[in-house]
Amino acid sequence: MNISIQREANGENLFLVAVEGEIDVFTAPELKQGLLPLTEIIGSKLTLDLNETKYMDSTALGVIVAALKSASKHQCQFVVTGLTPRIKRLFEITGLMDILKREQTNGGNADD
Amino acid sequence: MEDQPQLIAYRNLLMRYVSQDSYSMSEDSELLSGALRARGVSPDDLVNMHIDVLKNVSSNLDNATLRSLYFLSKIMEGYGSEYREHQTLKNRQKQLDTELDVAAEVQKALLEGKVPACSFADIGAISEPAKKMSGDYYRIVNDGGRLAVTIADIVGKGIPAAMCMSMIKYAMDSLPENSQGAPPFILSSLNRVVERNVDPSMFITMFYGVYDPLSRVFSFASAGHEPGFYYSASKDQFEELEARGLSLGLAPGTRYKEYSREIAKGDMLFLLTDGVTEARTDNGFIERKDIVDLIRQSMHLPAAKMVKQIIYELKKMQHFNLHDDFTFIAMKF
Repeated sequence: MNISIQREANGENLFLVAVEGEIDVFTAPELKQGLLPLTEIIGSKLTLDLNETKYMDSTALGVIVAALKSASKHQCQFVVTGLTPRIKRLFEITGLMDILKREQTNGGNADD
Repeated sequence: MEDQPQLIAYRNLLMRYVSQDSYSMSEDSELLSGALRARGVSPDDLVNMHIDVLKNVSSNLDNATLRSLYFLSKIMEGYGSEYREHQTLKNRQKQLDTELDVAAEVQKALLEGKVPACSFADIGAISEPAKKMSGDYYRIVNDGGRLAVTIADIVGKGIPAAMCMSMIKYAMDSLPENSQGAPPFILSSLNRVVERNVDPSMFITMFYGVYDPLSRVFSFASAGHEPGFYYSASKDQFEELEARGLSLGLAPGTRYKEYSREIAKGDMLFLLTDGVTEARTDNGFIERKDIVDLIRQSMHLPAAKMVKQIIYELKKMQHFNLHDDFTFIAMKF
């Protein structure tokens, strides 16, 4: 798994976190370490890009849930993009999609 | 270690090897090496032993050879400490394994999924952990004539998931008996428990349903759980037991919707955890239609045999190496 974290240059707290490869029980802690501190920046906008993520298991879902809760607590806008149909289905069944949509007050779209 | 039998054996074997060109030592040396390792003799100890033996048996060791051996001994010191550390870790691992075995037994006893006797349905249930401990949970209760069934999957793996599952078991056991008729009430009560007590990265999917044999209605609600299947005997077809709701532990104050379905004689209900559908095989993921095919192939069997057969086939598809816990319940009316 490879994580790249980019901060937009215009001085605002805009972050793009892209994950390449597989997120599983071995790599999820690294994602958590990268992601959670960003959700704690009040008023930040954070996009998690899963376009290049080949596989994710339930521990990856756990990291996303923790990030969502933390984002909500710190008024951070958290967006997830690049869900494969399989992961999207999982998000829909578990209700994660509803929570994600609730978090996205403007812009961003978990469906693309 | 001068008086240790290993030292004597080592000296004897070494002497024989040095003095007899024709002596083949493979078997003896293997035995000795095994005995030394069994006694925990580390690589640096062994080199020192070798030097001692050489000094004892030969008075004319030249200085360069001796110094080269001391040099080797010094170099081996690091390997020695790594070896001792490895031994310590091995012991600790053994201890953890034993503790885990005990914990797994405790968990098994706690969750011993009994299937109650039931006059109006033939029920089978099976749950297989991927590792020692399971994060799946099911409970089937025949309560004053009504059948209550719960199936849950703790999202997460291993010990934390197993601990969380024990909590769910007790939370369910402590719910008032008369609440069994209201699936949404059960799920929102449990959501409160999970929301308050669980690590933010953990959540639980759960399906809860109650069948009333008098009205022949199955009422259910789902907290983000993988949909089960309903088989209609009159149409000879499968439908999803669709129900929507947020997983337990995602948001406080979540409310759940009640769904219901009339059950006719010969109909069947199947509940499962997503360890089943998230399983990867050589040909990609196991799809829901694959599960329906498996059900069709074995639905003529009694429910208890049927669930065993289905789990066996699913395990075979994964070369008997489960990546996630999985649970399957069949109810034939």
